[in-house]
Amino acid sequence: VILLFIVFCPIVAALAILAGAPARRTALWAAGFTLAATALAYLGGFEAGQRGFQFVSSYPISSDWRINFTIGIDGLSLMMLVLTAVVTFAAIWFTGEISRHEHAFYACLLFIAGGAMGAFASLDLFFFYAFHELALIPTFLLIGIWGSGNREAAAWKITIYLATGSFILLLGLIMLYRSVPEAARSFDFRALQKAAATIPADAQGNIFLVLLIGFGILISLFPFHTWAPEAYASAPAPAAMLHAGVLKKFGLYGLLRLALPLLPQGAQQWNTLLIVLLLGNIIYVGLATIAQKRLDWMLGYSSVMHMGYIFLGIASGTLLGTNGAAVLIFAHGISIALLFGLAGEIRQRTGTLVLANLGGLGKVMPRAALAFGVAAFASIGLPGFANFTGEVMVLFGTFRNGANPDRFTIFQIATVLALWGVVISAVYMLRAYRQIFMGALRETWKGVTDIPRTLRAPIGILVAMSLWFGFFPQSFVRIVSPTFKSYFTQK
Amino acid sequence: MTIGAPILEIEVLVIGLFVLMLEAFFERIDKRTLAYTAIFGLAGVLAASFFLAPAYADAAATGFWSFYTADPLAIFFKRFALVTTILVLVMMIDYAPIVRESVHGTTHQSGLGEFFALPIFTCVGLMWMASAIDFVMIFVSLELVTMSFYVLVSFTRRNPATLEAGVKYLILSALSTGFLVYGITWIFGVTGETNLARVATALASPAIETGPALFGMVLVLIALGFKIAAVPFQMWVPDVYQGAPTPVTAFLSVGSKAAGFVVLLRVLQPFFMLPQMERLLTVIALLTLIYGNLAALPQSNLKRLLAYSSIAHAGYLLIGVVSLAGEAVSFYLVAYLLMTLLSFTVLVVVAKQTGDNIEDFNGLAKRSPFLAFAMLIAMASLAGVPFTAGFLGKFFIFDAALRHHQTTLIVVGVITVACGFYYYLKVVRAMYWEASANDVAVPLSGLSRLTMSALIAGIIFLGVYPQPVLNALRPSNNDAAAVVR
Repeated sequence: VILLFIVFCPIVAALAILAGAPARRTALWAAGFTLAATALAYLGGFEAGQRGFQFVSSYPISSDWRINFTIGIDGLSLMMLVLTAVVTFAAIWFTGEISRHEHAFYACLLFIAGGAMGAFASLDLFFFYAFHELALIPTFLLIGIWGSGNREAAAWKITIYLATGSFILLLGLIMLYRSVPEAARSFDFRALQKAAATIPADAQGNIFLVLLIGFGILISLFPFHTWAPEAYASAPAPAAMLHAGVLKKFGLYGLLRLALPLLPQGAQQWNTLLIVLLLGNIIYVGLATIAQKRLDWMLGYSSVMHMGYIFLGIASGTLLGTNGAAVLIFAHGISIALLFGLAGEIRQRTGTLVLANLGGLGKVMPRAALAFGVAAFASIGLPGFANFTGEVMVLFGTFRNGANPDRFTIFQIATVLALWGVVISAVYMLRAYRQIFMGALRETWKGVTDIPRTLRAPIGILVAMSLWFGFFPQSFVRIVSPTFKSYFTQK
Repeated sequence: MTIGAPILEIEVLVIGLFVLMLEAFFERIDKRTLAYTAIFGLAGVLAASFFLAPAYADAAATGFWSFYTADPLAIFFKRFALVTTILVLVMMIDYAPIVRESVHGTTHQSGLGEFFALPIFTCVGLMWMASAIDFVMIFVSLELVTMSFYVLVSFTRRNPATLEAGVKYLILSALSTGFLVYGITWIFGVTGETNLARVATALASPAIETGPALFGMVLVLIALGFKIAAVPFQMWVPDVYQGAPTPVTAFLSVGSKAAGFVVLLRVLQPFFMLPQMERLLTVIALLTLIYGNLAALPQSNLKRLLAYSSIAHAGYLLIGVVSLAGEAVSFYLVAYLLMTLLSFTVLVVVAKQTGDNIEDFNGLAKRSPFLAFAMLIAMASLAGVPFTAGFLGKFFIFDAALRHHQTTLIVVGVITVACGFYYYLKVVRAMYWEASANDVAVPLSGLSRLTMSALIAGIIFLGVYPQPVLNALRPSNNDAAAVVR
């Protein structure tokens, strides 16, 4: 029941707003309730350390296809729900004055949030997929109507990229469904997991490749990443927060949830390709990030780059690395949301995000400078933040795979190269911070006001989350690792 | 209480004649009453179709039952035809003022009576066609449908574009009829049979030459390709769709297409043992997908856009046909009915105020939020967004194709789906983020609003819960046990 509430509260609120309820208030309350319910599930109901899914409820949809509307959570999906709830709440709080179609704006945001919630809570492939797609048209509208810059092109690009990616993903899911013998055929995760051993190796390879391309487009895996920076640069800040922070994580969640446990041999076959591509994310996109001259583009690129580490965790093939990937998904979602939110605030006040035109803003916006600094440190992966924990776990986990003092395998080489990414992100983040907040204050920015005090609440929650899981990663790992343990004991 | 299946067609025929009589003998009444009468009558027939005695025909059947079947597929498409006709009549009521402007006549409502009566006869034809299992029967019912469309397409005859559409449709349709008859003759010449099941048995025997039968089959395929607007027989579609009165366009694109696919499903079954046919159909499906989607991209007139999109959807349906998935094709057609008719209903209403270009939809969200929302749902469903019927339709089609390892079709299909997102969302873009020229709300009648709400509900309901349609397509165990003649 509590899960049903979490999933449908945003959607019902969105419909209510479309029907005429006061937009901002309803949205905030809905997000608040969802957050509270998620916290309740996290603190109260959920029993960590147990395998399998909890809070399961199921409603039959199509007996011919064995499609059921089944929702339930395990540790991994619980943490994704927490992330979604927190970021949604922050994104709605960060939403400033909307000049036109205010109702539609909040409704779109809530639809995205509801879609993400539904996708993470679904135990049925069909709904897992369908809920994610629920976000597609709201994203299109959000960027198209309320975006800035080259919004039209960005809206088309993200929509067509994501539509293609998700149809490829759909093919992969159907292939997966068909690869299981008739009697065991089902769209249910749990049933599929039981039948996973029956999938022949060559079929696994094909399915994994299709899933990797499909999810890869959604996650902006190199070389399918070009939609992301442009879309995030043009999107209004709350939309970018939700999309980069939560929705993009859907693909990673999908890989962790589906591809690893169901297709272990397929994953092994394509591991080399995945590692090469993710190094493209880290090194190539990382260098491209340094070259950016506008803050919004830089953040967009950096979010693409950080996907590389999460992929590395997924490819690592060790329990430590996979846990690290989960931590990093969470940590990155929080830090990038905070960065996009602050960037939106800066744009609202100065009207520009070109780094060269900014400068010295730290004098007039001390609160923003502090928050941005913290978020930037988190994003670089300074010790104490959850990002650091995640990255360290990923890198150690990967290095350990097949470690051999005589000879480096691809895992060790990948780790060494990926470490350079940390330096790269330090370069662009710190440079951006210096150019925005340090230096002499320009005459034009004298009148700029600081971000309002009320924003301390969402910023505080986000930072606290990042610090808590940075200092006490065990509290996170304890929840998600039962899920992953079962992947590695199966072999 | 149960009734025999052919009663349904007879009832519809009676309703049609009754409406004509009303028109002829009661000059004074508001002609819209006729439409309401027809809608009411057809709804009654639709309800009656749920009390049918099951009846099946097999290869051994003689007399009437060797022409006519009432299997689940047939009943299903009879209901399909009825629903389509009812919705088209609703659209026609909204469209009536435009018809009045462009029809010569002595009284102020001249011509409306026939305009409302003709679709009923088309409906009879569609319903016969759904049951036809004999080439002669297929031919006769197809002609009944086509004849009434000849008149309907050129109904608003003061409009030159309509006249052009009428002439094009007449000539090309007559040509395709020629192909159909010629093809049937060849098949009859080879097998000596016209009943589909018996043709199949005859073909299976080794004494038969497959060459001439194949030739006849290709001719039949050409004729059906014309009906379903498959490439390369699609040349008439854009002009006819744009020129014809909008409700008729909707009827053409749903009714005529569905009928074509039912016949295709029935006819192809005996022939699918021939690998040449499958290859040929695959090529046609590929061409249709590519042409329909690419040609739709630059369109700026919504009616024309929908015409090309109807070609594109014929492509997806053909994927299902090639993969021998009758169930997937039927479901797709239902989804197609809902979303196409919804978009045409909105189009009729909006076009009365501004026009039928995509620009005329600019800022519709501000003027009439409900209409914009209805169009949004229709477009999302046409593009294939989950939780709409259109998505499940594509889902089933792609699944069938995967099962049959039609890799080329799948790859092309995925690419064209992405194209589809572009041109359908172009309409959404116009409605939601362009500024409108005027701020006057579009007037909307209660009946249209009700119909649109029903269609939206249908799209979303089937998008989440497809089981009713799947059940309707399958003979239940009780039915199979009690075969009644």
